[in-house]
Amino acid sequence: MAAVISLFKQAPPVKEEWSACLAGLAQTRDRSDYARLFEHFAPRVKAYLIRLGMTPANAEELAQEALLSVWRKAHMFDPAKANASTWIFRLARNLCIDRLRREKIQFYELEYDEPDPDERHDGEHAVLATRMAESIKALPEAQAQVLYLSYYEGRSHSEIAQAIGIPLGSVKSRLRLGFEKLKQVWGESS
Amino acid sequence: MNIRHHLDDATLLAYAAGSLSEGMSLLVASHIDRCPHCQARLQQAEAVGGALLDELPPVALAPDALEQVLALLETEAGAPAAKPAVSTRAPLLDGNIPAPLAHYLDKPLDELEWRTLVPGVRQLDLRLGGPGTTRLLRIAPGLSVPHHSHRGNELTLILRGSYSDELGRFQAGDVADLDEQIAHQPISDSGEDCICLIATDAPLRFSGLMGRLVQPFIGL
Repeated sequence: MAAVISLFKQAPPVKEEWSACLAGLAQTRDRSDYARLFEHFAPRVKAYLIRLGMTPANAEELAQEALLSVWRKAHMFDPAKANASTWIFRLARNLCIDRLRREKIQFYELEYDEPDPDERHDGEHAVLATRMAESIKALPEAQAQVLYLSYYEGRSHSEIAQAIGIPLGSVKSRLRLGFEKLKQVWGESS
Repeated sequence: MNIRHHLDDATLLAYAAGSLSEGMSLLVASHIDRCPHCQARLQQAEAVGGALLDELPPVALAPDALEQVLALLETEAGAPAAKPAVSTRAPLLDGNIPAPLAHYLDKPLDELEWRTLVPGVRQLDLRLGGPGTTRLLRIAPGLSVPHHSHRGNELTLILRGSYSDELGRFQAGDVADLDEQIAHQPISDSGEDCICLIATDAPLRFSGLMGRLVQPFIGL
């Protein structure tokens, strides 16, 4: 981030004429003004899209689309809120994100018949985990709660008693009852 | 909304640069939607992007690119775009759902199809794909998420209720922006369920034996 900021500080002053040119475009619809904006920004947008990981061919296509959007959205440009470079940067960025996400969603639709990744495990660990899950889900809430507080939070029994406002003896009995049920996951009978 | 926990600069820059995953972007957008402080910082971060665009060595387009686009200007493809309508969906759906998140949900929070992980802890996976996960998590008062650290980054946005952990108390609108330096164990600490949006860019790492055993089914 430090490098980014120092680069920012060393950058020459913002070229305000581009902002004026873009702001005027909404009224004038002047094709030669548009051509000037295109000649300046399109090659930079293309360079940016290539840096984002697009192939040169895709970057070419999307840079043209972005610059067409500059024409179509010029009336939304507010020079009080951003300069032309920032506005065009946002436009290109959003187009690129939209494009990448559309493609990703299609990819996941193709994978639709794959098993649920949450349930796709290997070997014994998976069997244990699944059975453990079922066992914990089947626990009464009071038992699950003390198990959490002791195993996941490393709290002492008296701390748990204090935290949930029950006698120490009740904490221990809940833990014992819960643990009995979970031990059965490994096939150990009580 | 009195927001006290904000996005990290690095996260904000990554968002402005468009380099966050869809889920993390969704979470960042949902926080910014309700956080004037981060809205102002985002404008700065985007201005960095604009300045960098100015400085990039240009890459020439096809020789006929300008000609092709000019030919489209007076056609339907070049017609002025309509201003995007202000989204009224979010408040209609549920006052606790920020506008960006409303695009991903079809019901108020209480009517969603929550899946019970363990008693008192329910989740809804938004199934956005990618290397990490994006989920809504709903934790009953007094319960906690297992102690864990992160391989990558974990962003949490509180939508309703609150939780406390080693870093403080997080309430609606607050965002916890954590990386692998931090291990924590949030505990839902108000009288109502704590509902949060969580986006990670890598699976979490649970600390204890039990955590590791149940990780595959919790899958946080």
